[in-house]
Amino acid sequence: MSALLNIGRRVGKHLLASLPALFGVVLFTFLLMRVLPGDPAAFFASGPNAGQAEMAQIRETMGLDRPIPEQFVRYVGDLARGNLGQSMTTGQPVIADLAERMPASLELTLFALVLALALALPLGILAALRPNSLLDHGVRFVCTLGVCVPTFVTGLLLIYVFYYLLGLAPDPTGRVDIFAAPPPGITGFLLIDFLLVGDLAGWKAAFGQLILPACTMALFVLAPLARMTRASLLSVLGSDFIRTARSVGMSDWRVVVVYALRNALLPVLTIIGIVFSTMLGANVLVEKVFSWPGIGSYALDALLASDYAPVQGFVLLIAVIFVMVNLIIDVLYGIVDPRISLQ
Amino acid sequence: MSGPLLDIQNLHVAFSTRAGMVEAVRGIDLQLAPGGTLAVVGESGSGKSVTAYAVTQLLDRAARIPKGRILFRGEDITRADPARMKALRGAAISMVFQSPRTALNPIRSIGLQVMDAIAAHENLPKAVLRARALELLEAVRIRDADKRFDAYPAELSGGMCQRVMIAMAIACNPSLLIADEPTTGLDVTTQKTVMDLIAGLTAERGMALILITHDLGLAASYCRDVMVMQQGRVVEAAPAVDIFRHPSHPYTRRLVAASPTPTSTVDELVGETPSVARAPFAVPREARVLLDASSIVKRFDSTLAVEDVSLTLKAGESLGLVGESGSGKSTLSRIVCRLADADGGRLLFDGVDIGAIPLRTFHESPWRREIQIVFQDPHESLNPRFTAFECIARPVRRLAKLTDGAQVKRRVEEVAERCGLSPDLLSRFPHQLSGGQKARIGIARAVAVEPRLLVLDEPTAALDVSVQAVVLKLLDDLRRDEGLAFLFVSHDLNVVRMMCERTIVMRHGRIVEEGESHALFRNPQAAYTRELLGAIPHFEPVQAATA
Repeated sequence: MSALLNIGRRVGKHLLASLPALFGVVLFTFLLMRVLPGDPAAFFASGPNAGQAEMAQIRETMGLDRPIPEQFVRYVGDLARGNLGQSMTTGQPVIADLAERMPASLELTLFALVLALALALPLGILAALRPNSLLDHGVRFVCTLGVCVPTFVTGLLLIYVFYYLLGLAPDPTGRVDIFAAPPPGITGFLLIDFLLVGDLAGWKAAFGQLILPACTMALFVLAPLARMTRASLLSVLGSDFIRTARSVGMSDWRVVVVYALRNALLPVLTIIGIVFSTMLGANVLVEKVFSWPGIGSYALDALLASDYAPVQGFVLLIAVIFVMVNLIIDVLYGIVDPRISLQ
Repeated sequence: MSGPLLDIQNLHVAFSTRAGMVEAVRGIDLQLAPGGTLAVVGESGSGKSVTAYAVTQLLDRAARIPKGRILFRGEDITRADPARMKALRGAAISMVFQSPRTALNPIRSIGLQVMDAIAAHENLPKAVLRARALELLEAVRIRDADKRFDAYPAELSGGMCQRVMIAMAIACNPSLLIADEPTTGLDVTTQKTVMDLIAGLTAERGMALILITHDLGLAASYCRDVMVMQQGRVVEAAPAVDIFRHPSHPYTRRLVAASPTPTSTVDELVGETPSVARAPFAVPREARVLLDASSIVKRFDSTLAVEDVSLTLKAGESLGLVGESGSGKSTLSRIVCRLADADGGRLLFDGVDIGAIPLRTFHESPWRREIQIVFQDPHESLNPRFTAFECIARPVRRLAKLTDGAQVKRRVEEVAERCGLSPDLLSRFPHQLSGGQKARIGIARAVAVEPRLLVLDEPTAALDVSVQAVVLKLLDDLRRDEGLAFLFVSHDLNVVRMMCERTIVMRHGRIVEEGESHALFRNPQAAYTRELLGAIPHFEPVQAATA
C-alpha cells in the first residue's frame, strides 16, 4: 500500500517537474510560427491576388493583429481545448491527422525497440561474460556497423537484398498491401487488430511489411543498448556482492541472472527511455524510405510544404511523449531499485 | 578428526600485470586445526587477503598459483575444478568481507539473500528456507528479525549489514570461516559487538576461524594464534600471548611499537626514545583564545546533526574531537573550517565573527589561510591531474599571494622537506605515490600557507599503523615547532590521547564529556566514554594473558 502511495507521489512530483519543460516547448513552437519566414495570413488568403483588406481581415480573425503576449495566451487556450490548428495540405485538423498516423509510428517504434532489445540484451550479456573474446569483438563490430551506417542506407540495403534480390519481403510501401483490406481500427496497431479479428493471413502480411523498417531502426539503436548492457554488467560482475554470492557457493546461473543482471539492467533502463524517444523522433527517414504512413513522414511533408501547424503539433506531441516515457521509466526504476524510494 | 583442517604448503600467488608477473604471496605455510583460531596480521600489500582468496578460489582472473598446495581436510583444493569449489564454498569454507554495505546485493531484501545462501546447498521448500533464514537472522542478533526480513541493505546500518553477511556465511554450517577485515570502517563499539558475535558463533558451532586484520589488538583479543605477514612472506607465527610479549622478528617489533596503546607516546610509536624525554607539550597559560564557537546548531532536513555545541581553542593548543559515526564530529569540524554553514550559534576566530562571512566568499577572506584542513582520504583529496608540486603550490599562490615563480618554488620545497617529502617526489602524480606520501602532501598543502589553526579530519584513518606512526610524529613535530593549533577529529581514542591536551567526546550531536585528555582517559566520567574506552581492543601482555 505504502509502495503504491510512494509511486503515486513520484508520478505527481515528476509530472510537476516536467511542466516547465512542456511550457518551454509550447513557447518554442509558438515563437517558431512567429519567427519562420512568411506571413501565415498569406497562406490562408483566397489567392495570390487577395487585397490588403482581405489580408487584414484574415489577420483579425486569426488574432494576428493583437499584441504577442495576447496571441500566446490564445494559443495556449487553443492547445488546452485540443485545437492544434488546421493542416493546409490535408485540409484536416492537425489533431485528427496525428491521431490517425500515431499508431503507425508507435507500432513501428515499439516493435523495433522490442526487436533491438531481444538482440542487444543477449549480445551484451554474452560479451560481458566473455570480455575480449572473439564473440565480444564480433558484437562490437556489429554494433559499430549499426551506428555508422545511416538508417536510410540500411533501409535501402535491406530492401535491395530482401525485396529485389531474394524476393522474401513484400513491396516496401506502407503498412498493408494496397490491395488487401485493412482491419477495422480497434487499437490502430495492425498486428493486434488482425489478431483480434482472427485474420492470420492479414497478420502475416502486416508483419511482412513491418519487419524490414523495424530491422532498420533496430540496427540503428543496437549499439547503445548492447554496449550499455555489456559495460553495466561487467562493472556489476566486479562488485563486492557478486563476490559474496560466489563465496556462499551459489550457482553461476543464479549469480549472473538474479544478482548481476538485475542490478546491471538499472542503467540500461535509463538508456531504453532515451533510445525510445530518439527513435520516435528519428524515424522520419525510415518512414520515408518505406513509405510508412506515420507522424514522422507527415511532419516532414508539412515542413517541406511550409505548412507549420502540423510541424508545431508534431514537436509538441514528441515532447509530451518524451515526458511520458521518462515518467514510465522513472516509475519502473522506483519499483526495481528500492534505494530510490527510500530517499 | 586427525590432521589439520587447513594446510597450506609453500603457497605462491602471482598476478600478471602490464609490468609482468608480480608475486603477491611468496611461499607461505599455514596449518589450522579444526576449531582453531588464527589471525593473519599484516599491512596493505602483505598478501594476507590474497592468501584467503586463494583458498576459496575467489582471486581475480589475473591471478595464478605457480607453486604450492592448499589442503582442506586432506583434499588438495589448489586447483580444484569450479563445480567442486562451488560445493565447498558456503558449505565447508565461508567468508565474511570488509565493507558490509557493498558486500550485500543492494536491490534484494536481506531475508531473500540469506535464503539464497541456504538454497545454494540445500534443496528445501520456500517455507522451510524462510524459517531457517529467520532463525539465522535471530542467531546473529538482528532485533525484530521478522520485521527486518524484507528490509534492503540500504535501510540497515553497517554493523547490521555485517550481521546479515555473517548469517549468510554460517548458513550451511561450514567448518572454516575466513573473516577478511570484518570490522574495518565500523565504529569501535560496533566492532566489538561484531567481533564478539563472530567469536561466539564460531566457538558455539565448532568452526575454525581465520581473522585477517591489520589491527594487532583485534588479533590478540580474538585469536589464539597469530601469523604476521610482510610482503608476501610469513615473518613470524606464534601463539598470540607470546608474539606480543616477545616479538622476535624486527618487523613484528616495529608493528607492535607502532600500534597506539593507552600508554604509548608519539615518540614510542616511531621507535625512538629521545635521550632527553620531551616534556609534554604545554600551552602557555597566557595564550589567547583562537577559536570560540558557541551554541553551534546544524540541521539536516529535520534531524539535528549538531545540537548546541560550544568549544574554545587557545593558540597552539590541540583539541581532540572523538565520537562514533553520526555523532556530529565531522559536521562540526566542517562548520569550524567554514566549509559548511551552521544553522545557529556564533563562530569567532581571533575575536572576529567569521561565521558572518558568507560561505561563497570565505575563500577570498584573509581568514581562509588561517584555518586549513587535512582531509581523511589522502588519495581522494588530491587532484589526480596535479603533480605533488602543483598540489602544494596552488594554495601558496592563491592564499599566500606569492606570485614570483622562484619564491613559490622555494616555499613549496621548504614545506615539502619539512614534511619529509624528498624533492624528486614533487614531480610525481598522486597515483605514483604511496598512501603515506600522499598524506604528507595533504599536510604540506595545508601548512604551506602558514595557518594558525589546522583542522584534521581523521588524517590517519586510511593509513597502515606504521605509516600512521610517522605521520602522527610529523604532525606532532609541526605543532611544537610552528605553534599550530589543532582540532583533531578521530574515532581512535588512543591517537587522540597522544595528540591532544584536551578531548571532547560527542554523541548524537551533543558533547558528552570534555576535559584534559589524560584525566579523561584515566578516569572517564560519562558512561558512554567508559563504553568507548572499553571497546578498544588491546594487546598488552598482562591483559591478553588474563583474557
